[in-house]
Amino acid sequence: MNLYSPLRMHIPDGFLSVVLAAVFWVPSLIALSLALRHTGRQFSERLVPRMGVLAAAIFAAQMLNFSVIGGTSGHLLGASLATILLGPWAAVLVMACVVGVQALFFQDGGFLALGANLFNMAVVGVAVSYTVYRTVEKLSARRPWGILVGGFAAGWASIFMGSLAVGLQLALSGVSPANLVIPAMAGIHALIGVGEGLATGGALAFLAAVQSDLLRPTISSGGGADPGRVDRQPGWWIIGLVLALALAIASPLASSDPDGLQKVAEQQGFLERTAPPALRLFPDYLFPGMDDLALATILAGILGIGLVLGVVLLGAAFQRNGRITPDEHRARPPKHTG
Amino acid sequence: MHLHPFDPYRPLDSPIHRLDARSKLVLAFGFILTAALTPPGAWPVYGLLLSLLLAAAILSRIEPAYVMRRSALSLPFILAAVPLMFNQPGPLVGSIGFGTFQFGITAPGLILFLSVALKSWISVQAAILLTATTPFPGLLGGLRSLQVPPLLVAIVGLMWRYLFVLVDEAVRLLQARSARSSRLPLSPGQQTGSRRSSGGGLTWRLKVTGGMAGSLLLRSMERSERIYQAMLARGYDGEVRSLESPHLTTVDRITLGSGLAMFLLLLVLGSLFGG
Repeated sequence: MNLYSPLRMHIPDGFLSVVLAAVFWVPSLIALSLALRHTGRQFSERLVPRMGVLAAAIFAAQMLNFSVIGGTSGHLLGASLATILLGPWAAVLVMACVVGVQALFFQDGGFLALGANLFNMAVVGVAVSYTVYRTVEKLSARRPWGILVGGFAAGWASIFMGSLAVGLQLALSGVSPANLVIPAMAGIHALIGVGEGLATGGALAFLAAVQSDLLRPTISSGGGADPGRVDRQPGWWIIGLVLALALAIASPLASSDPDGLQKVAEQQGFLERTAPPALRLFPDYLFPGMDDLALATILAGILGIGLVLGVVLLGAAFQRNGRITPDEHRARPPKHTG
Repeated sequence: MHLHPFDPYRPLDSPIHRLDARSKLVLAFGFILTAALTPPGAWPVYGLLLSLLLAAAILSRIEPAYVMRRSALSLPFILAAVPLMFNQPGPLVGSIGFGTFQFGITAPGLILFLSVALKSWISVQAAILLTATTPFPGLLGGLRSLQVPPLLVAIVGLMWRYLFVLVDEAVRLLQARSARSSRLPLSPGQQTGSRRSSGGGLTWRLKVTGGMAGSLLLRSMERSERIYQAMLARGYDGEVRSLESPHLTTVDRITLGSGLAMFLLLLVLGSLFGG
């Protein structure tokens, strides 16, 4: 079963430089905490069931694949669908849950890289989707084709811009040259984005036919069952526009001048590769009083055996203790499966 | 909760399983941070990290094949680092190419590439071990005590509860599509079929997929409403309450302390051996 998405937008650990990974945690955490506050106000006590189930639905919808050409298949990422149906704040929350659970429990994307992955999929994906969809909606003067075209354009743009962000992050981390990774990511995802866009448009067409009130922005429909959705959020529109413009301008610049990018990365401290090691206790990488690299390696080997032995002994020690764990407080979910 | 094939937890009894979820979470994160901070080419340190991982895996009694299979997940991404072999300045150690197109592999490039690949492989294994040995409620409790907002933890908890229900629903939708398609079958696991293996043209397929995604979302919205009613009926008032996490035992503290000390030692070693 292909639950673990083949869409390589989730950066695993080991690729991003530590500084860059830390830097991207900041906007993601800010967006997440603001989203938590806004959606909490919007849905009040409905927040937990609504967001939890929708996050699970987006996760499950990512399994719905469709063959494209000759054995390749596409599937939804869902950021734009969530944005159009739930509004940007709720979409950030839902996508953050999806991306977070994928990283934490399914190893789809790394722990340290989670900040960057959240930024690419939950922040860039949602903001760009919102800007594109709202713009098309305005241009179409809310005619039915606006939903389809807007859904397609938002889906495509969210994937494409997200992939540009991934490419830039990898290039800034120095694991891949900008003139290779950015065009490669952009090229592949320009195609994948078509699938995302078409599937998003298809889903919106289905929803428009089955339950059209879901797509019509209402002020508040009776007790806040579905308030908001894509109601006016000028802040999000501007953020989406700025992010899209920044990515669209930075990417070709970076890929045409990879050395310049490297220089920027070094200046900003993203690349520790060329900087001297922070902890150089002993000169020439050797232990003091030891003039042979082989000896130092042997010493490290002995240390390693000691470490492993320690771990094994420690394990054996509390196997002997055989402590009885207090039953993990199983937060029993409601039995009702709905 | 029934055991779903997607659930990464392996229910076994081992010292690693019995370790407190919070200390395991901190140790896994510390391990991955250590791997990330280890400079390229510090092979002894990578060896030590790998042996630590191996020791934990052996102690946890998880079949190595399971960890291997899951860790293959991060392999495709290594493609992104392949150009490193060719674009670093330094002495040539070999070349790859066809005829007149030859790409030279340099020694520093090779070191950097192997380091990135090793790092990501080691990190993914640590994360796999964490989720394979810790039941989900434990991890949630760990997140809560690590100051993740309780509301977010509650949403993730509910998401997990319904994830398997909705994944089953998605699988049923896929089965229904296969059953109605002109040519059988395109099960999600084996999508190597030809162009036409799942019915009509591309537009048809997209329309059907869009409909599936749409109906899945619609059904989940309705489901969330029913869940909310059920929660209300059971006294839910918008506040998420959870039991106090038990205190860390001495064993947990010793393991946590010695683990973190080890990581620090490895970082120092890394700065000695790294280029």
